[in-house]
Amino acid sequence: MQLEYFLLLAAALFCIGIYGLITSRNAVRVLMSIELMLNAVNLNLAGFSNYLDPVNIRGQVFTVFVITVAAAEAAVGLAIVLAIYRNRDTIDMEQFNLLKW
Amino acid sequence: MNLAEGVRIVSFGILGLMMIGTALGVVLLPKIVHSAFLLAGVFISISGLYILLNADFVAAAQILVYVGAVSVLILFAIMLVNKQEEYTELPGRKIRKVATAIVCFGLFALLGTMVLSTPWSLDTTSIPIEDTVVALGEHFFSDYLLPFELASVLLLMAMVGAIILARRDLIPESLVSDDTVSTKLTLPERPRELATLSGDSDK
Repeated sequence: MQLEYFLLLAAALFCIGIYGLITSRNAVRVLMSIELMLNAVNLNLAGFSNYLDPVNIRGQVFTVFVITVAAAEAAVGLAIVLAIYRNRDTIDMEQFNLLKW
Repeated sequence: MNLAEGVRIVSFGILGLMMIGTALGVVLLPKIVHSAFLLAGVFISISGLYILLNADFVAAAQILVYVGAVSVLILFAIMLVNKQEEYTELPGRKIRKVATAIVCFGLFALLGTMVLSTPWSLDTTSIPIEDTVVALGEHFFSDYLLPFELASVLLLMAMVGAIILARRDLIPESLVSDDTVSTKLTLPERPRELATLSGDSDK
C-alpha cells in the first residue's frame, strides 16, 4: 500500500468538496461540502503520519485537532443557517447576496 | 498492520470506491436528506481508511464525532429548515456547473501530478507503534499541551455561540410591564422590578 494512493484519494475527495461548495444552492449542502473537504485533509494527514512518521504519530495528533475544530465549526455554521432561515425564510444561497458588489 | 497484503489492497479498493461514490452522492443528489445520509457513509468509509493507516484511535474518534454528532446535527438542521421550495431557475446555471467541474478536474490533475512526482521520504525502517492511544496521550500532555487547552476553549466558545445564535427570539417588551411588583413578605425588602430580557431594565 503506497502513500500515493491515499493522497490521490484525498485529493479527489477535496475536489468533490470544492465542486459541492461552489455549485450547491442549499446552505446545508454547502456545510456538508466543507465537512468533505476537512475530511480529505484529515485523510492526507493520517497518510503522512503512517508513511513518514510512524513512531511519533504527529499527523494523527493534528488529525484529532482538525476533527475537533470541524465539529465546532459545523455546530456554529448550522446555528447561523437556522438564524438566517428564521429571518429570511429561505436557505437558497443565491438569495444571500447582500455582500455582492 | 497485521493483515495480509491482498486483504489490505481489496479493503482499500472497496473503501475508496465507497468513499468516492457516497461523496459524489452528497454533492449531486437533489434531495438534501439523501445527501445527509450519504455523508454519514463518507465518514464511515474514511474511518475504515484510517484503520488501514494504523490510526485506530482516530478511526474511533471519527465515528463518534462525525457520524455520531455532526451527521445527527446536520439531520436536525435539515429537519428544522425543511422548506419545500422550488428554486427559481437562473440563467447560465448549467454553464457554471460545467465550468466548476472543469476547474475541479484541473485542480485534481494538478494535485495528482504533484503527488506522483514528489519523491516522498518514506520511513521504511521504523515499525509502526502498537499503542496509538498512549502515544497520542503523551503528545497531548507534553508537546501539544497548548493546542489541547485552546481546543477546549474553542469548544466552549462554539457551544455558547451556537446556543445564542439558534435561540428563539426573546420575550417582546410589550408583554412585560416595567412596573415594580410589591411583595407580601414580612421582611422589609426593596421592591423588585421585573427586568425585561432585552436588557432594558431601569438600572
